[in-house]
Amino acid sequence: MKEKAKLFDQEALNRILMRIAHEILEKNKGTQGLCLVGIRNRGAHLAKRLSDSIEVIDKAAVPVGILDITLYRDDLTLIAQQPVVHKTEIDFDITDKNIVLVDDVLYTGRTVRAALDALIDLGRPKSIQLAVLIDRGHRELPVRADYVGKNVPTAQKETVEVRLSEVDGRDEVVIVEKD
Amino acid sequence: MPVVWTRKDLLGLEDLSKEEIELILATAESFKEVSTREIKKVPALRGKTVVNLFYEPSTRTRVSFEIAAKRLSADVINIASETSSVRKGETLIDTGKNIEALKVDIIVVRHNYSGAAAMLARHVHASVINAGDGWHEHPTQALLDVFTLKEKLGRIEGLNVSIVGDIAHSRVARSNIWGLTKLGARVMVCAPPMLIPPAIEQMGVKVTSDIDEALHNADAVNVLRMQFERDEENAFPQQLEYFKNFGITRERLEKAKKDIIVMHPGPLNRGIEIASDVADGANSVILEQVTNGIAVRMAALFLVAQANENITHDNIN
Repeated sequence: MKEKAKLFDQEALNRILMRIAHEILEKNKGTQGLCLVGIRNRGAHLAKRLSDSIEVIDKAAVPVGILDITLYRDDLTLIAQQPVVHKTEIDFDITDKNIVLVDDVLYTGRTVRAALDALIDLGRPKSIQLAVLIDRGHRELPVRADYVGKNVPTAQKETVEVRLSEVDGRDEVVIVEKD
Repeated sequence: MPVVWTRKDLLGLEDLSKEEIELILATAESFKEVSTREIKKVPALRGKTVVNLFYEPSTRTRVSFEIAAKRLSADVINIASETSSVRKGETLIDTGKNIEALKVDIIVVRHNYSGAAAMLARHVHASVINAGDGWHEHPTQALLDVFTLKEKLGRIEGLNVSIVGDIAHSRVARSNIWGLTKLGARVMVCAPPMLIPPAIEQMGVKVTSDIDEALHNADAVNVLRMQFERDEENAFPQQLEYFKNFGITRERLEKAKKDIIVMHPGPLNRGIEIASDVADGANSVILEQVTNGIAVRMAALFLVAQANENITHDNIN
């Protein structure tokens, strides 16, 4: 693994999240019926940050939930390192809500497919929108994001790593190349 | 914790490391949420088939496994020995091979011979989960006991746990002793002398035949069912005599720690090993154990199924 390029640092990341927060408010005409649901692990932290930004702009708190999609994956048997199953923590009713699903990187679309199934098992939202920090292309399913931090064309052998201070001790987004 | 589950089977807690036990408990914690949903189902084992192969009567364990498998979207078949070809003389291994020929992924087996689950596991590619083998082990029961204890008290390490009842013939006791001692609890067993197996101290437990001593400093007491129907050696005391000397009563609990947790694997013999007001009282977590059993069994089914996809089967014969 070698680091090829740094896409953004903390300051740039904060600006992007603030911009997405504005876009979410614009599209949903405020916070009425709005909820954020982050996909574990880093999507959950991004959702929390987006809700903080929304609160700064609109002075209203938006409920935030965490979705664990391990049990909904279609590739459990393909990954050598088994993911540990974590809890889904959505303590509000999602029925008739406008949900913004949040993840760090949009790639094949399979995670989002799993997340949609998982969400719909929990209720019947009015709408589900998708916010991602990075869209790196290479979709294998017909999935697109409503809010994108940055479109980053990548090669298949590259990966985009989103590092967040909550998990990794610092904020940055880098492209790394697998050996 | 980052440890990976690599075992095809779950046969007992004796073989497991502390980290593996903790992984099952952590996974179960995540699964518990599924049962609180309106749609109590996740697709994790969709397309998998689970067979419950029970050579001994059981309702709660079988139903618990069945519900656990169904909440993971697996298909479940129940086979009870009374109504199967076992009565026509088929051996366990032949039965297992035939079940496997039906393309089954997981066999949950209960058998009256110690070691039966391990033997079956050596002969089939399917995952095997031990739902109780003779006097040997009943790992998912012990795991749900430990899970409930941990949920109530926040930890296992350093707890004083007493197990009261027929220790000699109890797979629940044996699995609990393995699990609790591996996680750092201090375990005491309490029974009439004839129901304490020789050399049980070697499992790292203290032994007493004084119920008040067993309760004195305990954070939790696990009350085993007196299985009078199995008393082939006439080793058991009379029921009333047992209740008088070992029964968990309100009076006895009053001398114990105020918040002592009272557990029982069920089915209850009220007025024999436990008084009704204790079984239904504030210290009892007996029904929570039943609820937690589903989450623990979901975790066990999920982990063995996942591991079985990733291993080669060189040792099956």
